[in-house]
Amino acid sequence: MSIPKDGLLRAYRQMKTIREFEERAHAEIMNGQIPGFTHLYTGQEANAVGVCEHLTHEDAIVSTHRGHGHCIAKGADVIGMMKELWGSSEGLCKGKGGSMHVADFSKGILGANGIVAGGPPISVGAALAARIRGNTHVAVSFSGDGSVNQGTCFEAMNMAVVLQVPAIFVIENNYYSEHTNISYAVGCDDLKARTEAFGFPVFVADGSDFFAVYEAAGKAIAHARAGHGPAGVFAEQGRYHGHFVGDPQYYRGEGELEDLRENHDCLKNFRARMASTGEVSSAELDAVDAEVMALIDKAVTEAKAAPRPTADQVELDVYINYGT
Amino acid sequence: MPVKTMRDAINEALHQAMAADDSVFVIGEDVAGCMGSRGKPGSVGGVFGVTSGIYNKFGPLRCLDTPISESAIVGAAAGAALMGMRPVAEIMFADFIGVCMDQIVNQMGKFRYMFGGKTTCPAVIRFASGGGFSAAAQHSQSMYQVMTSFPGLKVVIPSNAYDAKGLMLQAIAEDDPVLFFEPKALYQTSCEVPAEMYTIPFGKAAIVREGDDCTVVAFGQMVGRAAAAIDALAEEGITCDLIDPRTSSPLDTASILESVEATGRLVVVDESPPRCGLTADIAALAADRAFHSLKGPIKQVCAPHSPTPFAPELEAAYLPSVEKIIAAIRATMA
Repeated sequence: MSIPKDGLLRAYRQMKTIREFEERAHAEIMNGQIPGFTHLYTGQEANAVGVCEHLTHEDAIVSTHRGHGHCIAKGADVIGMMKELWGSSEGLCKGKGGSMHVADFSKGILGANGIVAGGPPISVGAALAARIRGNTHVAVSFSGDGSVNQGTCFEAMNMAVVLQVPAIFVIENNYYSEHTNISYAVGCDDLKARTEAFGFPVFVADGSDFFAVYEAAGKAIAHARAGHGPAGVFAEQGRYHGHFVGDPQYYRGEGELEDLRENHDCLKNFRARMASTGEVSSAELDAVDAEVMALIDKAVTEAKAAPRPTADQVELDVYINYGT
Repeated sequence: MPVKTMRDAINEALHQAMAADDSVFVIGEDVAGCMGSRGKPGSVGGVFGVTSGIYNKFGPLRCLDTPISESAIVGAAAGAALMGMRPVAEIMFADFIGVCMDQIVNQMGKFRYMFGGKTTCPAVIRFASGGGFSAAAQHSQSMYQVMTSFPGLKVVIPSNAYDAKGLMLQAIAEDDPVLFFEPKALYQTSCEVPAEMYTIPFGKAAIVREGDDCTVVAFGQMVGRAAAAIDALAEEGITCDLIDPRTSSPLDTASILESVEATGRLVVVDESPPRCGLTADIAALAADRAFHSLKGPIKQVCAPHSPTPFAPELEAAYLPSVEKIIAAIRATMA
């Protein structure tokens, strides 16, 4: 799949934005600036961007507890997201959701989701809406290697096949469901075969390679858009941080994180590919880097200064209207 | 005015809502029936017949049979509702909430709040609830009292065919998620039901009987038994208000308190077990907000703290009876 230059620059900008958003969030959490539980996507940026570059705002995504990357890749307002992490009333969810529940319905983001495998059934419903209305929109659920052992994931995959809906199940294998390796938690040797046994094709990609994810996701999404029912994407790539910020990561092998950052980094891989093809110069990528750093600085500055919610907002938005 | 059963009244509401609005569809196990078999598709219409005829009239894209996958059914309804559809999903027996609790409570019930009020989830989930069929411990629970405790969900319990139709049309029109509990013992009970579309607002109780001596609040299947108890006592000159809240969330607290302030006595009746229950909730409401009006103890009539038994004699002893309700009313006056 060839990508025009503006598309290459956009994809790189999105991945870099996610990277710097997460690294800055990590620093601010360690400084005690951001409350609650936060799960960082650093390292997996190519997965979200490789998928979402195929989607429009009319297409839906359902994300996970590790959702910042999916939301940015789908077009969520970065400053509104940062304000949400801070819990400001100007955050995307008015400070009601926080890191685990970022959503932007104007961009087709049906929410990050704090329940592992809570999202796949919801994506089947969003895809069902497209099928009933007879349009070509699709719905994507992102979920991790931990989600594939949940019953809701099995139910959603089977239901998507039975109802022939345009749902795409993106399974991001970062090797660890919390602190447990996939080699322990998935009982079979071939997760791709187990998933394909539900009755839809699964396309596999190296999650450190944007172009590989983009190609695999393109096939899956084209399959669903064409009315052939659901499809899957498997992308393998480790996360650079713990399950949550503060996780001591006792499960890591010696040199594992260093190897990930050194030899399996999607941004380095992207730059190396551009250097070899000459499609985008390193100066142009440097310029993107500078713009992203300025955006993240602006987001943090604004989030720190943003208004705080007040106690009278506690009961706001439970219902649209409630009784008489 | 035509006389219809509660089953037919809900069925009529679904037909009319679907004819009026293309975004309304039904989904669930056997809502059509016979899919993939030698039987004729659409010939089941739900195990209780509530979705009868919908497949034949509206076709397979608006009457969707599913595998036995309750989490995926609720999730499909929730996701479609986020995209602006108005699904009416069927979970068959209310007891099966146990296998789809997350999608109801953590997902659809919380979308609006945790996403900062920026979305709506106009989904209706239907359940057949309650005892009376010797259906034993896993097919007889009411469950609505459990679901009433979760913010973000609205909870409906009709007690007659007229209310069932109006409440169902209101449920479909609501932009908040609605859990609609149909007491299965009442599916075959009939009353006059207008042919045209009409709605009954949520949070507005029906005053079923009016009297001076005691306030009786009852839900669903228990409304008829409470009415029978009150009618029996009227022969002795004891008269009672009977309040059917119709929705437990929102709850018409104003009508309950107004009545308790007038009568000074309160009996609350429900077929669920007693602990952390609806009857305790309403007793607490009166104790908290109408204490100085009370002339006697508040009485709760509910099932014991036990699973629902199978044997007919045991289930009859388990469910609140007319006699137990009469005894409770007398106890408030002793």
